[in-house]
Amino acid sequence: MQLAPTIFFWIMAILSIGSALMVVVSKNPVRSALFLVVTFLAVAVFYVTLSAQFLAAVQIMVYAGAIMVLFLFVIMLLNLSAPEALKERGTIQRPIALGLGGLFITALIFSQALLQMPTRPAPAEQVVNLGTVQSIGLSLYNPNLPWLFPFEITSILLLIAVVGAIVLAKRKLD
Amino acid sequence: MFDDLTHYNFTLPTEWHGVYLPGLVPYVAIAFFLGFSLALVPFLVYMERVVIAFIQDRTGPNRVGPRGLLQTIADSIKLFFKEDIRPKSVDVRIYYLAPALATLTALAANAVLPAQFLYFKDAAGHVLSVPFTVGDVNIGLLYILAMSSLQVYGVVLAGWSSNNKYSLLGGLRASAQLISYELSMGLALLCVVLLAGSLKLSDIVAAQNIKPFGIDSLSDVWKGSIFSWYWLGSLGVPVILYTIAMIAETNRAPFDLPEAESELVAGFHTEYTSMKFAMFFMSEYISMLTVCGLNAAVFWGGPLPPLNIWPLNAVPGFLWFVLKIMLGIFSYIWLRGTVPRLRYDALMNLGWKRMLPIGLIWLFLLAGLNLLKEPNDGVMPPNPDAVPQVQVVQPVEGDKD
Repeated sequence: MQLAPTIFFWIMAILSIGSALMVVVSKNPVRSALFLVVTFLAVAVFYVTLSAQFLAAVQIMVYAGAIMVLFLFVIMLLNLSAPEALKERGTIQRPIALGLGGLFITALIFSQALLQMPTRPAPAEQVVNLGTVQSIGLSLYNPNLPWLFPFEITSILLLIAVVGAIVLAKRKLD
Repeated sequence: MFDDLTHYNFTLPTEWHGVYLPGLVPYVAIAFFLGFSLALVPFLVYMERVVIAFIQDRTGPNRVGPRGLLQTIADSIKLFFKEDIRPKSVDVRIYYLAPALATLTALAANAVLPAQFLYFKDAAGHVLSVPFTVGDVNIGLLYILAMSSLQVYGVVLAGWSSNNKYSLLGGLRASAQLISYELSMGLALLCVVLLAGSLKLSDIVAAQNIKPFGIDSLSDVWKGSIFSWYWLGSLGVPVILYTIAMIAETNRAPFDLPEAESELVAGFHTEYTSMKFAMFFMSEYISMLTVCGLNAAVFWGGPLPPLNIWPLNAVPGFLWFVLKIMLGIFSYIWLRGTVPRLRYDALMNLGWKRMLPIGLIWLFLLAGLNLLKEPNDGVMPPNPDAVPQVQVVQPVEGDKD
């Protein structure tokens, strides 16, 4: 393993996991949202290192650029910045979350998924065109590959969501 | 792909004292783009004040230096030495982070603009064409869009952390406005991507280096000329949509509602003084340069000369690029001087009910025209890089309709 990529990987790994933790730990909702943005950006960097450039750009545009801005918009509009308004007392959410998280990690360990990670990079000729828009498009719309149907289903799902949002918003106006 | 750019004047050697020169291009480009965008800001401010003064029939800056040229230098010195006031109830960390974020994202966005094509000749006589950018990535257009979508954070966080009602309203307006107009901007750019068949900015510029509408019987003078650029190639509408959206994206008049002084004092930067205010100011001008550069590269031929005849195509492409950016900035100032600010609901109506449908319709129209030009028989080309040859998994085709 080369030194510089390893150091880079560990810096990004610590950054992404640390900021993901801070999303949960932070008391202030705006700070939480900001740490979530940092997590998204770190994940985008991982996509780039895995030569999935298109995915990285879309990750930044959609998640960091649009969805999180909407989150911030709502947080600011409702003025949730006062921490005492958000204090939870005596919910069972925390023990359940801890239990499920522990279960997930045990499942990961027992399935040995962590041990079967690839240890060396894929050959260069396989990687170069892996994440370009062309290769994603050709794979996504290729009827011989199994991804066309899920893609269409996803777009119909999004259409339903849009129509639903409009219906809900209109009902309030009328 | 760029071998047929007719207007290259000189080539550089690939090797120079054992240094591989094309490898140095990104480093020179980093220095250049940073210096260019930072050093141009005072000039742009001066230009804006002079042009606005001309439009409003005033004298404009005329005290400091010849014709007031040093006025903005004096202003920036003043901003450096002003007292840095921090209001008591701000959220300190985010308050300091916001102007830095605004400047950072603005500066990062112009890394992929193709300002010029450099030509390197190796020992065997092959000419290698390298676009003068920090990184000519194959998602260049998406990169710029991603960076400009991150720009809203500077404004929104400044508005929120100031703990001031006016600032908060400014920040909220900015985020709503940016989300709305990003869509129209993306659709307008998508029209060009459809025509060029690439998201790489150097490919988009190279795709404009053809005869107008691909008519081969025209003489070589028209090759890569003003009529073959995508403002005309996309039939005129996307460039208008993009220009409106880019003004809204950079929060400039007539879309400067986040800082409307008659309603919100100074909007999101009400509580900022001295250099922190100057950083917001700078980021606004730098992002103007970036979106104008994208406009120049995508719709106006980037570094291509307006006509492929001698005195014009001997000028380095970089100068054409800067000229096109400056014309864009001039139109910004012109609009600011002549058009009143939009009301908030009019702004939202324009974005969602006018520009978005027009952009969608135009995208379909261009796609249809493209199909008429190159009929598609519907047969998938074999996909050589589909890495795992997955055995056809059942009923995919059956469910398609």
